[in-house]
Parts: sequence; structure tokens; C-alpha cells
Amino acid sequence: MMNYIWFGMLIFGFITGIINGRMDEVTNAIIASASDAIKLSINLLGIMCLWTGLMKIANESGLVKNIASLMKPFIKVLFPGIPSNSPAAGAIVMNLVANILGLGNAATPFGLKAMEELQKLNPRKHTVSNDISMFLVINTASLQLIPTSLIALRAEAGSANPVEIIGCIWIASACAAITGVIATKILSSTRKTGKSRKGAKKIERAAKNEYYKISV
Amino acid sequence: MNIIRLVSDYAIPVIILLILITGLCRNVKVYDIFVEGAKDSITTVVRIIPTLVGLFVAIGVFRASGAMDLLVFAVRPIARLFNIPSEVIPLVLLRPVSGSASLALVSDMLKTFGPDSFIGRVVSAIVGSSETIFYVLTVYCGAVGIKRIRHTLLAALMASGVGTVVSVWICTLIFRS
Repeated sequence: MMNYIWFGMLIFGFITGIINGRMDEVTNAIIASASDAIKLSINLLGIMCLWTGLMKIANESGLVKNIASLMKPFIKVLFPGIPSNSPAAGAIVMNLVANILGLGNAATPFGLKAMEELQKLNPRKHTVSNDISMFLVINTASLQLIPTSLIALRAEAGSANPVEIIGCIWIASACAAITGVIATKILSSTRKTGKSRKGAKKIERAAKNEYYKISV
Repeated sequence: MNIIRLVSDYAIPVIILLILITGLCRNVKVYDIFVEGAKDSITTVVRIIPTLVGLFVAIGVFRASGAMDLLVFAVRPIARLFNIPSEVIPLVLLRPVSGSASLALVSDMLKTFGPDSFIGRVVSAIVGSSETIFYVLTVYCGAVGIKRIRHTLLAALMASGVGTVVSVWICTLIFRS
């Protein structure tokens, strides 16, 4: 998808530039942007080093695990399909905590582990279960305590107070996450009965055929 | 609404203190561990440099040629419908698709409009409260071989939409009064 977007932006930009007679500005933009990218990376590096360093301390001291155990009760409410002894709950919690603390690199492996465990509990392997759907929606709602790279961007652009936006972000992401959770609960309960359950066998059969096709 | 500004100002120092105090109390060699952890970021940042160069050039061309103004003009009616400044619509469109592309676009927008302008603040709030939906869905579903995602995309887009509208609303409330 990015291949088309990138190409589209450039070609559309060149054509509009020719029509508008702004090719000198376009040329300048090409050269300036390339070096801007490097400047931005250097600026990002500072705050990101600071943050991963601090998070390493939080990890070593066991603080991350403490936060994870505080979040366990929410998991039972959000994911009713997970048995209490399943490793899925632990992986989900660690993924969420890593996301909240801005540990993007650590979040993905935990997320993949959570998906594997949730998939073991999933009766229809090619279709998302309600729990998987909930996990994905929570993951696509950005729950991040300190948006480090954004703050670096704001500082680089010369903001008088780069962090002033944090409160707004918390409120906006909380609203987004709550919407996501409620929407998922409603959509999965309305679709559980009727159409999808009747069609479940059919889908399962179709999925099996597809599986064989791929494996052959 | 002063309380939200106060929370924003205190958030980072309080979190840092909390981490350091817990670390010290539990006998972690805080400085050594800090330096060790900070090293990890270098590879991450170096790895995204090529992506950023490509995207910065594309966005630079798109804005300098006037194509960005065209796009903003074209989406104005939709933006007005949801009460969103039309200048931020390109970000709303790009955000679910690519994280590094929206990083580059946000950097460009903050420089164009100013980080402390109303648009600059709205842009910050939107990007901070949203995620790369399509990327997350593709990676996680692809990893376990799921092909049918039922209502997942709809719910994720609804959440993201609410996040955008709330971002505009809360910025208006706090910074325009």
C-alpha cells in the first residue's frame, strides 16, 4: 500500500508543480527535505535513548510486572473467553503495559505471543474470535502514557511548551479506547447469534479447503 | 481546565522519579542499567532513517507543489461536517496506514503551522491518540493466519474517529478559551 501512496504523492506533486509553475520550489523542497529527515532522526534519538534507558530500569526493578498485575482484573472483564489459567492473559497484559509505557519494540513480541495463545482458544482458525477482535481493537487504540517521539517533534519545531499536549492526548485516547471496547462488545454480541453461527460450519469447511490449497 | 495543563507539565518528571525511586529501593544499579537501555534506541532510530528520507521528500514535494492545498481544499466539506480543521485531514487519512509516514507529515505540519498554533496542537493530539490500524491488523492477523476479521476494522475505525473528534474538541476547550 505504501508503494502506491509514496509514488502517488511524488507524481501528483510533480504534476501540480508543473501546472502551478512552482518547479523551483519543488526542487528546493526535495533537497531540503532529505536533510530535514536526518535532522529529525538525530533529534528523535535523544529523547528515545532517554526513554528506553528509563524503561530498562523500570523493567529491571520489576515495576513493569507490578503494573501488569494491577491490570489483570481488567483482562477478565474485557476477555471473557479466556480461562484463568491460560498464558494468553499474561501475554495480553504484558503487551498492553509495553504499549502504555511506549516500549514499541517490546510490545510486538508480546502481542504476537498473545495472538498465538488466543488463536489456540479460537474454534474457527481463519476468523477472529470475539477475544481476538477485542485484543486487536485495544491495540489499535493508542494507549501511551508519554508520546515520546511526538514531544521530540514539537520541541524540534520550536514549541514553547512541548509537553502541554499530554493531557489532551490522554483524554482523546481514553475516549477512543472506550469507544473501541464498547463498539467491539456490541458488534460481537449482535453478530454472535444468527448469521455467523449458522454459517459457522460452512466457513469452517471453506477455511479447511483453503488451508489445504495453501499447504499443497 | 488548568488541571489538564498542570497534569501535562508534571507527567514526565513524576514518571521519571517514580522509576528511579523504585529502582533504587530495589537495589538496581540505575545509572548502569540506564546507559545499557539507552543504547537500544540507536539501532531503532538508524533503522528508520531511510524510510524517513523517502517520506520527507514525498511530503516536501507534495506541499511545495501546491498539491497539499488542493487536497485540503477538496476535503473541506467533509472536514466541516465533523467540525475538524481541513488542514489536518491529510494526517487523518495517512495515520491508519503508516506510522513513519505520519511522523514525517506531523513534523512537516508542525513546521508549517507552528507547534503552538491551534492546528499544531490539534495535529499533536490526533497523532498521539491514534495508531496505525491497518499495520497492526495486517501484522497480527497475518502472523496467525487469520483471514476474516469480521467487525474488527469497523470498531477500530470508529475508535479512531472518536479520538480525532475529541482531540479537536478538547484542544478548542483548553487552548482557545
